[in-house]
Amino acid sequence: MSDYTAKIKEISARLLKEEKVEMVIGFRKGTVPMMNEPCFVKTPEDIKKLVWDSNCGINLANYLTGRKEKIGIIAKGCDSRNIVTHIIENKIKREQLLIIGVPCKGMIDKNKIISMFENEINEVSENEENIIVKGEGFEKTLNKNDVLQENCKICIHRNPAIYDELAADLLDEQKDIDRYEDVRKIEAMAPEDKWKYFEDLLSPCIRCYACRNACPLCYCPTCFVDESKPQWVGKSIDPTDTRTFHFLRAYHCAGRCTDCGACERACPMGIKVRIFTKKLEKDCLELYGWEAGLSLDERPPLDTYRPDDPEDFIK
Amino acid sequence: MKYINIDKKSWASGLENLYENYRLFGPVKNNKHHVFKELSKGELPDLNYLNTLLSPKSIVFPQSETMFEYSLDESKEDHHILKEINKDYSPRALIGIRPCDAASFLLVKRNFDTPEYKDPYWLSAYEATIFIGLACSSPCSTCFCTSAGCGPFHEDGLDLLLVDEGKNFIAKILTPRGENFIKSAGWETEADPTAAEKIIKDMKIKAEEKIASFVSTDQLKNKSTTRLYDAPFWEEIAFACINCGTCTYACPTCWCFDIQDEVSKSSGLRMRNWDSCMFPLFTLHGTGYNPRNTKVQRVRQRFMHKLKYYVDKYSDGIQCVGCGRCIRLCPVNIDIRRVCDIMNNYGSRSRLET
Ligand code: SF4
Ligand code: SF4
Ligand code: SF4
Ligand code: SF4
Repeated sequence: MSDYTAKIKEISARLLKEEKVEMVIGFRKGTVPMMNEPCFVKTPEDIKKLVWDSNCGINLANYLTGRKEKIGIIAKGCDSRNIVTHIIENKIKREQLLIIGVPCKGMIDKNKIISMFENEINEVSENEENIIVKGEGFEKTLNKNDVLQENCKICIHRNPAIYDELAADLLDEQKDIDRYEDVRKIEAMAPEDKWKYFEDLLSPCIRCYACRNACPLCYCPTCFVDESKPQWVGKSIDPTDTRTFHFLRAYHCAGRCTDCGACERACPMGIKVRIFTKKLEKDCLELYGWEAGLSLDERPPLDTYRPDDPEDFIK
Repeated sequence: MKYINIDKKSWASGLENLYENYRLFGPVKNNKHHVFKELSKGELPDLNYLNTLLSPKSIVFPQSETMFEYSLDESKEDHHILKEINKDYSPRALIGIRPCDAASFLLVKRNFDTPEYKDPYWLSAYEATIFIGLACSSPCSTCFCTSAGCGPFHEDGLDLLLVDEGKNFIAKILTPRGENFIKSAGWETEADPTAAEKIIKDMKIKAEEKIASFVSTDQLKNKSTTRLYDAPFWEEIAFACINCGTCTYACPTCWCFDIQDEVSKSSGLRMRNWDSCMFPLFTLHGTGYNPRNTKVQRVRQRFMHKLKYYVDKYSDGIQCVGCGRCIRLCPVNIDIRRVCDIMNNYGSRSRLET
């Protein structure tokens, strides 16, 4: 990954020096293992803090909303698709951006790795294929592919959808991936089992909204759960309100979600919230042949009407 | 000071006896992490743990708590009258709470128990609770309790401190309530105080040596509030923050709540729910004006409250016990240790000043 970092630094330094951008948005090394912190860099001297490794799972498109500057932004496949969505939805202008595309080899699942060890992990390093985990009295080498985030394992758009610069050569995309095995399992459940499944899934939710706030799609000035005149959703941790939040949020992401996994990664309670948005992603693909964020020239399915849109679900 | 030896073989039977007089709460591992929950009869707390994911503050200060109920049905005589809800304030014991979390209750008490205001819900629950601490022999890398006025063997806020010696616990009785607890369990074997003290002292030194992270707080009080408030570093500190409630909900010392009425048909509840200074709604006025309308303002508020306003108001250190939860759980790695050092060093020459 050090070659990625070097290239990112080189491009960022050039863009700042030539005053093509006022800031570059990227990652700096985190203060705890398996965490990097989104940051901005405004001067060539600050470039040294930029890093790239398998802990850059936060979606940086989230940091573009409504900004006015000329920005260089580091974008892996999913980030770039959310940037496309942001541009289509007028949250940022294409001309404001210089996109430093990163062909992405996947981000590692911090929660999964933590849960594999009894003791605290003090240090995590990586090389091309492996993740090396160290703690008091233990050291273990894990195969990176075994500990990728769930969404990265099934990602079919690792290369950025749009970019102005590239931090590495484009990768071969993963082929023959079944993206919806988990969704189909739930679709096949009897209604009561489905209900029980959702109930169990959401029972640890503390309504902190980290999932929503980590998501680049959730930029509404006032989210429906925060509306107080009128108030649509209760503020306690009553399961009905919690479910309402999750179901509605998922629908608001229909045809826009890129399965970047930022929501799931952000959840402090380890709730697999992507299952909701994935169901709608599947529906959009099956009903409209749509995948979000691949092109600037096409409008998303929920804001277009086509005479041949399927309608047999209207009963 | 009295010390009792608790053979682990008599741990379960002692707890069994305690159910007669207390509701017991302790750390239990659900499928992924440890949580504090009420133990059912026969259920044992898992004391082989680092710390719970979220703090145990919810045992005294639940995330959602109903205060009153009322009816809007005008055919009823008592319509529109708020009625108190009956609550169970019988004695409860929090078993295995870490010293940092125990100390947090004293800190939070400053807010809920003042000469002017006494919060009846928090205080009744607090007074019903006895705190049975478990000393930390292997602190986490993100714990900085020793520089936050606390420590792995700290006793403030505890009624009893348990020290795990492998085959047995040494219980150090700190209050009469702690003594009653021990009696009620039937643990009677007194330990030789000099020997016990020595063992605890040695273990304490070892544990403190293992603490790997620190903050400096010595200059916070001397700093000018307005200079810190206007400092240029906030934009950089706040950049990554997504304004979720994770840090404040996980924190044992965050005490803010909001009061809401929830009505269904003709019956209503008045409840309070945790709130967070990270949420825009927290400060939204009825007029629609929001005095803390930007992320930078909100992030600054959290750190200024914990590390400056509180420090000035109570002259007793920071509003933080160094448990490290906000560091471990923040989805974007905003680290209070870093922010504290930046604030503490601001104005004195330092590379962190930018
Ligand atoms: S819903 Fe989750 S996976 Fe989808 S775009 Fe938002 S953060 Fe990414
Ligand atoms: S991040 Fe997790 S706990 Fe927080 S609201 Fe989302 S699902 Fe609930
Ligand atoms: S500091 Fe971290 S946990 Fe706290 S609101 Fe910001 S992003 Fe959320
Ligand atoms: S501010 Fe962070 S470290 Fe301090 S008590 Fe709260 S959660 Fe723990």
